[in-house]
Amino acid sequence: MDLSLTSEETAFRDELRDWLEANHPGEAPTGGDQIQFEFERDWQRRLHEGGWAGVSWPKEYGGRGATLIEQSIFGAELARAKAPRPANVLGLVMGGPVVIAHGTEEQKERFLEPILSAEEIWCQGFSEPESGSDLASLKTRAVKDNGGWRITGQKVWTTFAHEAKWCMLVARSDGDAPKHKGLTYFLMDMEQDEVEVRPLRQITGEAEFNELFIEDAYVPDDNVVGGEGNGWMVAITTLMNERAGLGASAALGLAQTLDELIALAKERGLADDPSVRDKVARLKIGIEGLRLGAMRALTTTMKVGIPGPEGSIAKLQWSSANQAMTELALEVGGIEALEKASPWSYRFLRSRANSIEGGTSDVLRNIVAERVLGLPKLR
Amino acid sequence: MDFGFNDEQSEIKSTAREFLQARFKPEKVRELAESESPYDDALWKEMSELGWPGIAIAEEHGGQGLGVVELVILLEEMGHALAPSPYIANAIAGLLIEAAGSDEQKSRWLPGIASGEARGAVAMTAGDEPLAGAAEGAAVIVLPHRDGGVLVEGDDAQLEKVDLIDTARAYYRVKADGGDPLPGDVEAGLQRGAVALAAELVGVAQRALDMAVDYAKEREQFDRPIGAYQAVSHRLADMLWEVEEARSLTLYAAWCADDDPDALPLASHMAKARASDAASRVTHDAIQTFGGIGFTWEHDIHFLLKRAKVSAQLMGTSSRHRDRVAALAGLG
Repeated sequence: MDLSLTSEETAFRDELRDWLEANHPGEAPTGGDQIQFEFERDWQRRLHEGGWAGVSWPKEYGGRGATLIEQSIFGAELARAKAPRPANVLGLVMGGPVVIAHGTEEQKERFLEPILSAEEIWCQGFSEPESGSDLASLKTRAVKDNGGWRITGQKVWTTFAHEAKWCMLVARSDGDAPKHKGLTYFLMDMEQDEVEVRPLRQITGEAEFNELFIEDAYVPDDNVVGGEGNGWMVAITTLMNERAGLGASAALGLAQTLDELIALAKERGLADDPSVRDKVARLKIGIEGLRLGAMRALTTTMKVGIPGPEGSIAKLQWSSANQAMTELALEVGGIEALEKASPWSYRFLRSRANSIEGGTSDVLRNIVAERVLGLPKLR
Repeated sequence: MDFGFNDEQSEIKSTAREFLQARFKPEKVRELAESESPYDDALWKEMSELGWPGIAIAEEHGGQGLGVVELVILLEEMGHALAPSPYIANAIAGLLIEAAGSDEQKSRWLPGIASGEARGAVAMTAGDEPLAGAAEGAAVIVLPHRDGGVLVEGDDAQLEKVDLIDTARAYYRVKADGGDPLPGDVEAGLQRGAVALAAELVGVAQRALDMAVDYAKEREQFDRPIGAYQAVSHRLADMLWEVEEARSLTLYAAWCADDDPDALPLASHMAKARASDAASRVTHDAIQTFGGIGFTWEHDIHFLLKRAKVSAQLMGTSSRHRDRVAALAGLG
């Protein structure tokens, strides 16, 4: 066990730090979602030019081929530098890795470079109004038509849909097959009249997500990933990509927010309040537990290919810490923290989704119980 | 960066698991816990021959010269087996003398602690008449106090046995005057001791979780294993969360003790606070999983609950450690 960085890891970190120092784009501009989005797109272009866009991607596909540890260093350093997120985050984290793992040579040639350069933005069409946690029950239909497929259905929670060129879409291509077997993974062109994007307003008041209404949209056979009927298997890869290796940067983001909360508590004369101290300490411990568990999981993954039990709880740790932290901030910040314009009221409301998005805490506990502890399934 | 065990560390873990499972079968632990003295001299001798008491003591003092990481690997297994033994008291005494003792004190006491032939013990509660584990028969007792600490020879201390609910270890109230002052950093020694106890608590919690999971797979009610019900399985998932988070923090704190001492104060407070709470909650929830049988004397789970509650109180309660965490996190 040696938690210090190797000389290669140190070199990676130092190179990145130097690069960030020279290339950090500064504070995000105000003036609306579109301006913000273009700022993030410019930022990704700059990352790409510096060779930092596809850190986890293999070198042959334009990536950096970084180890899992280096990927976590990358996430942590960007969080530390308070760098913006890249515009095409879903393409980088899910779309590219899926094409690399399951795509044809032609698909790799066609899709990968524009993901890295943020020229083409990607979104994800998995969830449906009737299919949330039970994703495999989804009803969006795909019917064969003249060298391609016609897609009809409805998708929800599609982040970036209004900016996206491509949608990673899972649809039912065989209604007679068992529910996990009848699905196919498509790359659907969003620039067609048959796809309508409507913003979905959240409890925060903003519309970060969208709904997709798809009526007979066309997808050529060339844009099927992983073969007809293999959609479930391909989709699972993307979900695993979504969860892998995020722990370290997530913990760093939480730690930065906790520092703000500590400053707020001092400002409001609550530094000696025993209840506040106890809650702050619990948060500090929980956040550090997340960071260390994520590091342990990375080591296990590098050695044996899959994370150990410690990795299965990372999302639960993160959502619970963020929710508890924003609740405490409302208490510490007083009634001002509940003003609509307060960053704390926004963070509090936004964090209510943390235990739902990317796998609900309820389903994650089922997964821990069944896959890690080996308990019998209820179903 | 490598958060896994190297070959030697993996070997320590598997050897310990094997040895402890063979020597401290549940019926043996019960027999010792129900007897007048929970310690078996022959088993102590055997552990000593394996070099365990000196695992983290420098070679120049007769130890193996390994670190706190190796010690906590062993201690987690000791907790998992609930092995009644003076081991942890001796080990923490060694950590304190190593951290705070003079050269002379180290040369005098550490070889005996390392060989297991002249054991050390340590007071693990605050106050004028603190409580020490395994003090009877100890050659030296470490008595930390507010502004430092002293070493007292076993013969110079007055011991009064205290019957705590945890009968798988012997506890004594120590009365002693004077003593030989420790010139060094007692606080650093106490932090290492807290990490050692945290490791034992992680082992206790892991054992309780293992037992509860096994039972939830076997026990059937309403025609299916109770582990199929989410009221039960989600509780077990949360118990795993408790154990793994406590383990991550404990291993990290142990590594800090060996390789990043500046980070040790915060890391040790976090580890002890988290491990104390994890062991308390997991042993409690394990009893809930067992239902009625878990409340009977004949079931072994209560020994784990009792150890968890006692070790959680020793070397600082979780509330006290959290107060230090809050201070070091920036609240002052």
